[in-house]
Amino acid sequence: MLTYILRRILFMVPVTLAISLVAFIIIQLPPGDFITALTAQMAENNETLDPETLAALRDRYGFDQPMIVQYWKWITGIVFRGDFGQSFEWSRPVADLIWDRLGLTLIVSFATLVFVWVLAFPIGIYSAVRQYSWGDYIATFFGFIGLAVPNFLLALVLMYLSSRYLGASVGGLFSAEYVNADWSWGRVVDLLNHLWVPVIVLGTGGTAALIRIMRANLLDELKKPYVELARARGLSETRLLLKYPVRVALNPFISTLGWILPTLVSGAVVTAIVLSLPTSGPLLLNALFAQDMYLAGGFILLLSILTLIGTLVSDLLLAWLDPRIRYE
Amino acid sequence: MAPLIEVADLRTHFFTDEGVVKAVDGVAFTIPAGKTVCVVGESGSGKSITGRSILNMVPYPGRVLDGAIRWQPDGAPPVDLLALDPKGREIRAIRGKDIALISQEPMAALSPVHTIGNQMIETIRLHLGLTKADARARAAEMLAKVGIPRPKDRLDSYAFELSGGMRQRVCIALAVACGPKLLIADEPTTALDVTTQANILDLFRELRDALGVSILFITHDLGVVAEIADEVVVMYLGQVVEQGRVDDIFHRPLHPYTRALLGSVPRLTRHRPERLPTISGMVPSPFERPSGCLFHPRCDRFEQGLCDRSAPELDRYANDRVARCFKAGAGS
Repeated sequence: MLTYILRRILFMVPVTLAISLVAFIIIQLPPGDFITALTAQMAENNETLDPETLAALRDRYGFDQPMIVQYWKWITGIVFRGDFGQSFEWSRPVADLIWDRLGLTLIVSFATLVFVWVLAFPIGIYSAVRQYSWGDYIATFFGFIGLAVPNFLLALVLMYLSSRYLGASVGGLFSAEYVNADWSWGRVVDLLNHLWVPVIVLGTGGTAALIRIMRANLLDELKKPYVELARARGLSETRLLLKYPVRVALNPFISTLGWILPTLVSGAVVTAIVLSLPTSGPLLLNALFAQDMYLAGGFILLLSILTLIGTLVSDLLLAWLDPRIRYE
Repeated sequence: MAPLIEVADLRTHFFTDEGVVKAVDGVAFTIPAGKTVCVVGESGSGKSITGRSILNMVPYPGRVLDGAIRWQPDGAPPVDLLALDPKGREIRAIRGKDIALISQEPMAALSPVHTIGNQMIETIRLHLGLTKADARARAAEMLAKVGIPRPKDRLDSYAFELSGGMRQRVCIALAVACGPKLLIADEPTTALDVTTQANILDLFRELRDALGVSILFITHDLGVVAEIADEVVVMYLGQVVEQGRVDDIFHRPLHPYTRALLGSVPRLTRHRPERLPTISGMVPSPFERPSGCLFHPRCDRFEQGLCDRSAPELDRYANDRVARCFKAGAGS
């Protein structure tokens, strides 16, 4: 098992490098660069930069060098000096910008994951065991609504309801006085007060999907002979249900662990913008618009690494859960 | 001597969207203590559902409508298993302890994610209340009894690490682990190859002699019946058509269906060019049950106006035999 984990971790190194190269190339693919984006933006405001300043900027950021040279500078900077480069737009080191956002993204992801599991797990089991009961129909109804309603719409509805009836502003993750404050107990409480809206918005779709998956899987398992035999051995319904079929039907819960980060980052951008969440999605989107390539590249690289780690963790959990996977 | 269990007028129907399937429709038979009773019949004749009904665990959308399962071990006053709550404490104390099930699919009957020992120890502790260590020792002893090499190591194996024959041995060990009085073996050899089949049948005979356990052996294989049965119950479309001792059934079948079944067994002594006799027609759809005698459309003794008009009852014959036919025993 230990060699397996080591092998998997070693394997992650070339994968990460490959992802970084692909990410870098894709970020560079749109025509133009940060300078052209900047000129275009200034032109909109009827401002101009003189050609010499532009040339100086180009020279400073090394835009005239071949792409592979730019990549090499970037990646070696990260690997050897922990230097993710400079954000053009913010004129700050990328690392400073990323860490704060990434931390909050992880908090939102984790809270969403817990929310999804806590809700989907019992409802899914109930839906399968009491198939075609009223409870099942209600769960199915809300499940499909949860799947079908776009997150940003749900976000808008929740924001409206919350400001109308609770008198609270729900945008962002912090109240105004805590946005730039240092971490303190008050800030944590404030975060928790704000967290529930994005968690509900982001988690509804996932909850609905997992309920359906759990229900379908469990329905398959419930008919298997080992369940009947467990019943014939005299076990009580609850005990045999939780020990045997639910355990087997648990696999999809675990295997979705690894995906939750990328879906949150890529799929939740619109929601994050609507709710003005200080997570990584909106910043990444902005960076891509502005062709702020080191910022975008840094984000994509870190998110891929986190995804790889998530996948590794879910694989290890699966192996622990299911001996058939362990022994392959 | 009173039988160990008596199945009386059992009716188990399935209420599907397409209509009512009368899977078991008036089945009655007895299992004497220490004897092996084989239930034979084609697919869909209600054999397995009869077995499930005895354990009072008929799968949805099935329901026992009528009848009684009188469980009277060691001359105790009879308990009607069907009158117990299917999820209740009393029936659960009987399931796995007094009456154990051996399933048709050894491949799927054990949990794919738990060790063999886990499931055996769980059952033993549930019914016999032993400590973990004692239960483990008993589980290993049971594995040894069913002929599994290195039983102590095997307790920590998973089902997928064993061959089909070994898995069925484990299932049998699991079934006899708490000293049951009745084993319900639902086609336990069907999924196995012929050599393994023979070994498993030997094992059943050994266990019956060693433990004095009664066996309800469900099968469609008459070769297996000849090997193991003391008594035979022949079922057709959810009804018992004949019951008797194995020698009587094989040598002097009363019901035309039994006779036809026996006639369609391939024999090595038969001349090659001759085609194997088959029973004419098909098993009717469960939604279009024939009028009168259920077997009349396929019967070679069918009499117009009698067999298609009125349904025959189970009649008693000499030698403790019963048969459901107007023409039972007429010629042969």
